[in-house]
Amino acid sequence: MSRAVAIEVSHLGKTYEKVRAVDDLSFQVYAGEIFGLLGPNGAGKSTTLRILITLLHPTSGSATILGMDSVKDADRVRKTIGYVPQERAIDRFLTGREHLELLADLYHLSADEASTRIPQLLKLVELEQQADRPAKTYSGGMKRKLDIACGLLPDPKILFLDEPTLGLDVQSRLRIWDHVRAMRERGIAVVMTTNYLDEADQLCDRIAIIDGGRIKALGVPNELKAGLGGDLVSLTVREHDRVELLAAAVKDLPAIRAVTTTPTGLDIRVDSPEKALPAILDAANRLTCQLEFIDYHRPRLDDVFLAHTGRSIKDDQPKAED
Amino acid sequence: MKEYWQEIRALTMRWVRRLSREKFSMLFTLVQPMLFWLIFFGNLFQRAADMQVTQASSYISFLTAGVVVMTVLNNGLAGGVDLLFDKENGFLERLMSTPIHRTSVILSRFIFVTTITSLQVLVILGVAWLFGVQPVTGLLGVATILFIGMMFGVGLTAISMAMAFSVKSHGDFFSVLGFLSLPMIFLSSALVPLAAMPGWMGFLAQFNPMTWAIDAVRPLILSGWAEALPHVGMVIGVMVLFDALCLYGGARAFRRAIG
Repeated sequence: MSRAVAIEVSHLGKTYEKVRAVDDLSFQVYAGEIFGLLGPNGAGKSTTLRILITLLHPTSGSATILGMDSVKDADRVRKTIGYVPQERAIDRFLTGREHLELLADLYHLSADEASTRIPQLLKLVELEQQADRPAKTYSGGMKRKLDIACGLLPDPKILFLDEPTLGLDVQSRLRIWDHVRAMRERGIAVVMTTNYLDEADQLCDRIAIIDGGRIKALGVPNELKAGLGGDLVSLTVREHDRVELLAAAVKDLPAIRAVTTTPTGLDIRVDSPEKALPAILDAANRLTCQLEFIDYHRPRLDDVFLAHTGRSIKDDQPKAED
Repeated sequence: MKEYWQEIRALTMRWVRRLSREKFSMLFTLVQPMLFWLIFFGNLFQRAADMQVTQASSYISFLTAGVVVMTVLNNGLAGGVDLLFDKENGFLERLMSTPIHRTSVILSRFIFVTTITSLQVLVILGVAWLFGVQPVTGLLGVATILFIGMMFGVGLTAISMAMAFSVKSHGDFFSVLGFLSLPMIFLSSALVPLAAMPGWMGFLAQFNPMTWAIDAVRPLILSGWAEALPHVGMVIGVMVLFDALCLYGGARAFRRAIG
């Protein structure tokens, strides 16, 4: 099935004073999908997003949004996209309604258009009650809803969200996810950055894992997980000096795909846990290698990330969730 | 053109709204120069200042021109502050992601700062009038004073915005601001005529655009057209040059920040 391409990114690069923030990125975003740019802080996600919304010029390559070049046709691109920045880009002194009124003028809506669209949006994000209170009285979740209403004001074909749920409590987070899904129902392509794996996993139709300014993996989350091959058995060994010995013994057992040593034990990819687990335990017994802990799980997006970048995204994840 | 006007009107109204929501800060901004400088300083130095030196009937009448230009200076130099905060909290990025003309935000700021400053200058002249200072050149003179203030203010606001776009943190911005403001005032003819200054200070004050502005505003208040006109002509020339330099620098800083 061929789908309409909303964004075409081709060999995109951006260098800041000799630092390559974005390095030869190529990907496509289709109409009506939620596309996630997943990566740790400083991976190049936000830089990529800023190029797509025309605020940064790429140093190489190009980005085409609905057939328009992000540099040459910047003004036309800006008319067709909505943007929800990462920071709470809110003017504390203005009310929610005044934010939307200001943006309505900046998008050159007529007074009639503005007066029909603004109440609709306030209703959509459930801010009608608070619409005439200054934004400084809003909670984090309410500010985020206002941000999203602002992003939707131009009735965009593509909506860009930069870390949409960073720092929100769990309930607000789920509400925001609902809003993002509702946008997809309306046929809007959504491009979002995130460093939350569960967000990428549950919300995004397709993701690009970015690290060090490059795409490490691209695809549907489930396929990426399946692509790792096999479920994972993690062993924690009591005597660390026996790990190598155990690795050698386990390697050639049936139903084992790959064995990697970790600081505390082994990560073993297995084809069928039913066959592999008894064999692994048997081998450990024979070597009188005591196991402290056994963990078995199906591949998670963490594992995809780890497999493609060589490190865990959690290593530098900000503690903003609580 | 209609769209450009729609943008600028909306952005300017935002500054007006913000000011009206900060009533306390607005009161202080408006009252501070006349209270501190004109009323306190002006009356305090009434007897300490030598009339032979100031060539004015009272110190407060001498000082009025200085306070007017000082107000222009302070408002202008602070003109970029709101953009600095917009830059830091991401609001500027939101504005720039909309299909507005790239100059709209800046132009709205110029319009706002110039309007507020002009109103403030009128209030200062009104308070001075209560203390018996009547501009001898009348309403046309007052209009000329406003015009000089606007010309000076544009350049200063441009410097301030250039700084707002260039600095790494707002701490830097306020340090530079604090460092610039008082020396600019002391090294000008705002408080003391050049001839009465220590030689080196008088020498430096000649290169301060503020001195030129004050030297044109003062005769408009104290002496009359005959003495004022040559100074007014001079200051217009100086300010055209000053504004051109500041706007050039500001445009470069803006382009570097916004791309």
